[in-house]
Amino acid sequence: MIVLALFVEFAVLSFVAFGGATALLPEMHRVVVVEHGWLDDTTFTHLYAIAQAAPGPNVLVVTLIGWKVAGLAGALATTLAMCLPMSVLIYLLIDRWESFAGRRWQQAVSLGVAPLAVGLIFSGATLIAQAAGLGWSGLALVATVVVVCLKTKLHPLWLIGAGALLGALGLV
Amino acid sequence: MDYPQNPQRPDLRALFFAFSSVGLSGFGGVLPFARRMLVEQRRWLSAEEFNAQLGLCQFLPGPNVVNLAVVVGKRQAGLAGAIVAPLGLLAGPLVIVLLLALLYDRYGELPLAQSMLRGVAAAGAGLLFAMAWRMGAALRDKALFLPFSALVVLGIAGLRWPMLWIMLGGLVLSGGLAWWRLGPRR
Repeated sequence: MIVLALFVEFAVLSFVAFGGATALLPEMHRVVVVEHGWLDDTTFTHLYAIAQAAPGPNVLVVTLIGWKVAGLAGALATTLAMCLPMSVLIYLLIDRWESFAGRRWQQAVSLGVAPLAVGLIFSGATLIAQAAGLGWSGLALVATVVVVCLKTKLHPLWLIGAGALLGALGLV
Repeated sequence: MDYPQNPQRPDLRALFFAFSSVGLSGFGGVLPFARRMLVEQRRWLSAEEFNAQLGLCQFLPGPNVVNLAVVVGKRQAGLAGAIVAPLGLLAGPLVIVLLLALLYDRYGELPLAQSMLRGVAAAGAGLLFAMAWRMGAALRDKALFLPFSALVVLGIAGLRWPMLWIMLGGLVLSGGLAWWRLGPRR
């Protein structure tokens, strides 16, 4: 029952998805590509690329992985698994948020989680760059995007578009 | 003045379409669009309310914007709202992304598609590095906390250990350090 397995895997992951679905990229890769062999490296990076190029919340990369592994049922299973547990929790907690916001333990968790999220996003970036099988020109593009993104206010969509164009021209 | 169509209590359809427009307008993160819709256009939340509610959404793991939709939906229309708002947020983008997936199934093998997607993936990796850099730069007490980022990278990207254990361990160590740093008086 691959759909059920997907649902359980992703529902568990949703509890440690500090930094959103993006933070889960490395773990999704580990589970889906390395552990189960449901997808290969190339397909995984392609799905990430498609999610980047489409409008909507970042969580949609999860939808695409579910789709590719197990079709429509897989897409719904992973998306629901990623969103449902926290949605239920937040529905129950929001009225009490005021009463624990700012408490020492709450601040400690917020502070403590932040560096972990940084590490997760960085790992995801490393992994996508690795799995995409980039050559020197591809790595140069990665570096250029980092610099442009940090130094200018250019909308990310332009950088995505530039990546697609350079790719189409056979330069990446 | 107590019409049922009070603008402070939007009906479910309005909630659905308001969040649909948010979901469909954002590329690479829709939070700024959610803020504009909620605070500036519909005025369902004041700026302070937005920040306060976002606090819990960012505190908990998972997709922040989906969490935010649940919170706003509950506030505006109870349980039904809490279901309808995230559905509105996700339905449109979900359909688009699945259509793209169909195209990918059909044409993904073409060399042109492959090289375009490799270019987009490279750009996407760059965006992720930049995001990590920004988040790292925003950390408090970098000398103390950046080593935890490095350990996570080592464990996840280097050793490929399961994320669950790394996060639980990291949370105990890094959160424990934060707890100690915060001191009893805060």
